[in-house]
Amino acid sequence: MDFPDLFKVYLSLELLWSSCHKCGHTGMDSSSFSVTSLDTVDPKLQHFIEVETQKQRFQQLVHQMTGLCWEKCMDKPGPKLDSRSEACFVNCVERFIDTSQFILNRLEQTQKSKPVFSESFSD
Amino acid sequence: MESGFGSDFGGSSGGKLDPGLIMEQVKVQIAVANAQELLQRMTDKCFRKCIGKPGGSLDNSEQKCIAMCMDRYMDAWNTVSRAYNSRLQRERANM
Repeated sequence: MDFPDLFKVYLSLELLWSSCHKCGHTGMDSSSFSVTSLDTVDPKLQHFIEVETQKQRFQQLVHQMTGLCWEKCMDKPGPKLDSRSEACFVNCVERFIDTSQFILNRLEQTQKSKPVFSESFSD
Repeated sequence: MESGFGSDFGGSSGGKLDPGLIMEQVKVQIAVANAQELLQRMTDKCFRKCIGKPGGSLDNSEQKCIAMCMDRYMDAWNTVSRAYNSRLQRERANM
């Protein structure tokens, strides 16, 4: 699991545990500690989880792209980011997203004729 | 702090744990994690750019380079963040 999914699991577990801690019951009897789906969690918390997960996905991609584009666009660090380097970073982001979309689209197309990931494995 | 979650957590007024507080704490944890990631990546990139053959200490030119590199990395990060945000908004507008 990548970071955003782990984060979501951790967060929802933490919140479920916390809410049960508040219940005031002594033991972990099944009535107070139900490990059910997120549907039983307060919708405000559910919304919070979704929003924060989305924000974190964004942050992770910014980290990743900054790293990649740094290699492509930065020579020797100067006193400021010149306009050519800045333009390179902007292009780099756009082309990275394009690449990602291209891969998804092409995979979708080739999957229709020659499935790469099939559910059954022949010996 | 919000007190609108009482119905789902039996008697919120008596408990010490409050969902609003949890949410705030989690936001802080997330911010810390992001700062750590930024620092880790920045250190990696600036070490690569500024340190050639490692000597007995960081000389003045290396230190100057690292200082500039840090600022440039932040500039780059902000540029990427803005560019990505623009792209996302454009994609949403086209949907």
